Amino acid sequence: MFWTYLGRELGNRRRQTAIIAIGIGIGIALVIVVNAAAAGVRVAQATALQSVYGVGTDITVTKAVTAAAPNGGGQQFRFGAGGGGRRSRTRALNGSALRPVRGAAPFAVSSVAAVQHTAGVKAATGALDLRNVAFTGQVPAQQGQGSAGGSGAGGGGSAFGVDSFSVLGYDAGGPAIGPLTAAALTKGRALDASDGGMDVAVLDSSYATSTGKAVGGSISIGGKSFTIVGIVTSTAATGSSAADAYIPLDTAQTLAGQSGKVSDIYVQATSAAQIPAVKTALQTALGPSVTVNTEADLASTVTGSLGTAASLADSLGLWLSVLVLAAAFLIAVLFTVAGVTRRTRELGTLKAVGWSNRRIVGQIAGESLVQGLIGGALGILLGIAAISAVNLIHPTLTARTVAVARAAGRIRGAGGGGGLGRSASGAGHAAAQIALSLPLSGTVIALAVALAVLGGLIAGAFGGWRAARLRPAAALRAIA
Amino acid sequence: MYTLTNVTKTYRQGSRTVQALTEVTLQISGREFVAVQGQTGGGKSTLLQLLGALDTPTSGSVLLGDEDLGRLGDARLGEVRASQIGFVFQSFNLIPTLTALENVETALAPLRVPAASRRDRAMAALESVGLGDRATHLPSELSGGQQQRVAIARALVKEPTVLLADEPTGALDEDTRDDIIELLETVWRDRALTLIVVTHDSWVAARAQRRLNLRAGRLTEPTPTRSEPTATTTTTTQTEE
Repeated sequence: MFWTYLGRELGNRRRQTAIIAIGIGIGIALVIVVNAAAAGVRVAQATALQSVYGVGTDITVTKAVTAAAPNGGGQQFRFGAGGGGRRSRTRALNGSALRPVRGAAPFAVSSVAAVQHTAGVKAATGALDLRNVAFTGQVPAQQGQGSAGGSGAGGGGSAFGVDSFSVLGYDAGGPAIGPLTAAALTKGRALDASDGGMDVAVLDSSYATSTGKAVGGSISIGGKSFTIVGIVTSTAATGSSAADAYIPLDTAQTLAGQSGKVSDIYVQATSAAQIPAVKTALQTALGPSVTVNTEADLASTVTGSLGTAASLADSLGLWLSVLVLAAAFLIAVLFTVAGVTRRTRELGTLKAVGWSNRRIVGQIAGESLVQGLIGGALGILLGIAAISAVNLIHPTLTARTVAVARAAGRIRGAGGGGGLGRSASGAGHAAAQIALSLPLSGTVIALAVALAVLGGLIAGAFGGWRAARLRPAAALRAIA
Repeated sequence: MYTLTNVTKTYRQGSRTVQALTEVTLQISGREFVAVQGQTGGGKSTLLQLLGALDTPTSGSVLLGDEDLGRLGDARLGEVRASQIGFVFQSFNLIPTLTALENVETALAPLRVPAASRRDRAMAALESVGLGDRATHLPSELSGGQQQRVAIARALVKEPTVLLADEPTGALDEDTRDDIIELLETVWRDRALTLIVVTHDSWVAARAQRRLNLRAGRLTEPTPTRSEPTATTTTTTQTEE
């Protein structure tokens, strides 16, 4: 009887059923698409950040340069030391310096131990983020001494070039977290604990290709010749690994004049749920001078079209779906209540033949629930269609972030030529192209079904409440 | 069967309070055929609703057998309606989206009769009113007389002890009226149930064993018709605020 009556009623009110179902369906489709978009954007943000921080890094600890403590130190250019000398009216200069990246202030390596002993931390490792700048060229003899201050060819009879590449000193014997976890060894070997203090390097494949370097060859870092023992390729969507060259941490510290210091600590929490607590604990333990970032914090630094997409998904998309859902639920409620009012005599008659309030409320709620479920099914179909369309188009978004800039600044080509100009400006924003893909999870489908049921129940509750309040005598009075 | 004692019923109508029945005292025996007449707004339908457990009195008592309907909760009132009382309305009150057979089945739904048995009993009820061949027709596909027959089948399918009819012929032409009244009389006789009919039609009322007259909420002297009356009456006045 229940299903027969329900089917006949909904069939008899096709237009109303269609309006309610379409309204709920559009709202649910929006929720599905917005959720999928948000998940897709999160994945894209994580991808953008993976090339810098590696896979599995939950938290990073850095320290920014303050006015009172500018970074620097390390090596200064030592012109002439590489064999340059006076030749008639010009002077040949060759200089090389390895120094911390602009904006980062190295801090004591003992912080790594402090981090490792913090509750909720599974593993931590330190790294020293450096930039090697090599100056090669000739200047007029009378200009003589001084430091290079720009890139490209100089004027006034001088001709020189500046080559800049990024160098990461890392603890090869430490835990497998950090930037290199987002890179795969393609040639040679990786660094290991036995390489400590040695002048050996692993190069990023794109840097090695562009400079013609290969395993077994050498590369000059900080004025010293390093043997290339391996080549790595990024596994991240950005296509470049975190640095152009990787060398043992202690070697990097010595060469850059940063003994006992690191610029980044990569932290892995025991579980995702622990991340907020670990962040708080680290901030407390290390003090306010350091910056403790989770992946979620870093995601907020992503700008460009990816940042816009994230913002749209988080704000406009969310509110739009909430508004459409609320409107759909309201329409469902109003139609249901209006339907109950129109069926006053019918429901009064059913009460007269002995139908209990419970049975009548159940009938009304059942009708609303089925309308909601039809809307839910429609919404899921619409949502899947929209997600499929987006995935078919596969839109490419631009991720701009300081973090990406740090990686991109290390690799040549992102800005053209060397990275010195960018480093010198300190603007620190570079772009990575990331294809957006919207995942469809079972959780989102379950959420859609739950929303459909909720919409049906809300409408049914109002309609049922209205029906339950009908006194059979009052319902029939109009016809008596 | 029914014992009404000093029954008064008032209800709100907008800002006004209407006193529909005033101090009505009445007894109706089992297997009796009673006609209730009176002017429009005289309280006939209100009386029928109290007898049908659709409403409860403002004061006084309405006993159906040993049960005081005024003291029962909604759930029990629903059970009483579902099992003991059949209703026939002037406007038939069939569910427009259900077929004749399904309309009859609605009366068995609250009795938790299994689906197969429910269908068989509904079909038998339809056949008993001569509409076995119209089982799958929607109300809109039936004439007024046929719709009222479906309504009577719906009232009878649960085998009630009381059949209450509120202007059952009010929407029918004369020939159809005669058919319906004949059907109701047949049912009353064959099934030995109590039949109470509210009607404006004196021809219909004349078929009853006993006629009650309601004027301004008060019951006047009953008029004996085909059988000896058993009711007692009191007279009061209707007031409105």
